Amino acid sequence: MTGTTTGKTAGTKTGTATGTIVVAGGSMGGLRAAEQLRAAGWTGAVTVVGDEPHMPYNRPPLSKDVLAGKAPFASLAFTPKAAAADVEWRLGTKVVAARLGERTVALDDGRTLSYDGLVVATGMRPRRLRCPGPLAGRHTVRTLDDAKGLRDELTGPGVRLVVVGAGFIGCEVAATAVRLGVAEVTVVDPLPLPMVGPLGELLGRALLKRHEERGVRFALGTGVAGFRGDGRVTGVVLADGRVLPADVVVESVGSVANVEWLDGNGLDLVDGVLTDDRLRVGGRPDVVAVGDVARFPNARYDGVPRRVEHWSIPTDTARHAAKALVAGLTGADADAAPGPFAPLPTFWSDQHDFRLQSFGVPGLGTDDVRVLDGDPEGDVVTGYHTGGRLVGVVALGGPAAATAAARYRAQLLKSPALTP
Amino acid sequence: MKVVVDMNKCQDHGQCVFAAPDVFSLDDDGRLAYVSDADEALRDEVEEAADVCPLQAIRIEG
Repeated sequence: MTGTTTGKTAGTKTGTATGTIVVAGGSMGGLRAAEQLRAAGWTGAVTVVGDEPHMPYNRPPLSKDVLAGKAPFASLAFTPKAAAADVEWRLGTKVVAARLGERTVALDDGRTLSYDGLVVATGMRPRRLRCPGPLAGRHTVRTLDDAKGLRDELTGPGVRLVVVGAGFIGCEVAATAVRLGVAEVTVVDPLPLPMVGPLGELLGRALLKRHEERGVRFALGTGVAGFRGDGRVTGVVLADGRVLPADVVVESVGSVANVEWLDGNGLDLVDGVLTDDRLRVGGRPDVVAVGDVARFPNARYDGVPRRVEHWSIPTDTARHAAKALVAGLTGADADAAPGPFAPLPTFWSDQHDFRLQSFGVPGLGTDDVRVLDGDPEGDVVTGYHTGGRLVGVVALGGPAAATAAARYRAQLLKSPALTP
Repeated sequence: MKVVVDMNKCQDHGQCVFAAPDVFSLDDDGRLAYVSDADEALRDEVEEAADVCPLQAIRIEG
């Protein structure tokens, strides 16, 4: 969250009024980028291109309040800052190609935009299961329209839902479905425990128990081999041969970066777009990346470039990348202006009546998990260690547990960087 | 600068406390408390707090 704001914009000259910055991507990252370009002193034009028809909105409620029918769009939409009121929004349009050498991007409506600076903020799309069977009745939850479509299918009587993937989104959807009164909710995952990758076994076991006590069933340690049904899904065939009857399926099996439009520019697009430690792309001063599409090294940890799909990342990266881009376009010293990016990652997940709150990178320390406060049966705070060093803290329980975890945040911020 | 938090939206995530500790705090039960009449010098911090609120419950007036 913080740790990203040490370098103020001193040394950044005011941008020229004649240039244009194009922001490719109209979600939270695109909005924050536009706002932060103004905050960094850019007075030229800013055009945001977004493929969804909606203005940027908050995604966490999609798997919770939107699915439960409790959140109208007005309650999800971000309110853009006044300084960004003159930003041009081109919605319902996407960027399909880029020529970084010529500083142009092509849109799917056939038009080409020239730019002086480019922000890559195209985000992710859900990965889909590639196995045999019908498509109808199978859903993902990434956009507002996805969540509404899923809700419409969950509200009938006697619905049997199978969620594929016991990660955060899958478990949130399962919890919401139980709350909605969905008759049968089963979560499938090849791993032996829910959320075990990022959180480890201790919390994985605690979470399995809590979900089961609240009515979620699990089929763990087995994958999906295919889907039954003629035209519409009626069952999920597991790799171990079992068949789970299903009226509705949610696929929550990770995501894929929207980077194909950057092909042909010699960039590293292996998993998102690789950036340097100022979030600049391809060593260029005129292109930066923000949000979960950016694969950046975090100077706080081992310096290995990673994408981070946390809610806080669009805001954190936008603040940093905007300074680097404006410095790059105005000839200011971009290395001096923003400094290396070193955020302290944080995420939360609301499921049933409990919350997970995380600081740092617990996934780096799942082999050495220690209870710091409380008890896994009740409210608990766990610490994740690498080489004896605390690298992540996770609270499970009510608000008091999250507050207890936050006390370790200062310790995480003070820790020296991990050696690569 | 007047700070307004929609307490119907607030779910006590506490991210605002890290961004602007002079304006926002959590009590021992983890519930949010805040200064509604904040010093103008804290504007940057409060703007950051508004940005990082997962519920977008913080508004700055004036």
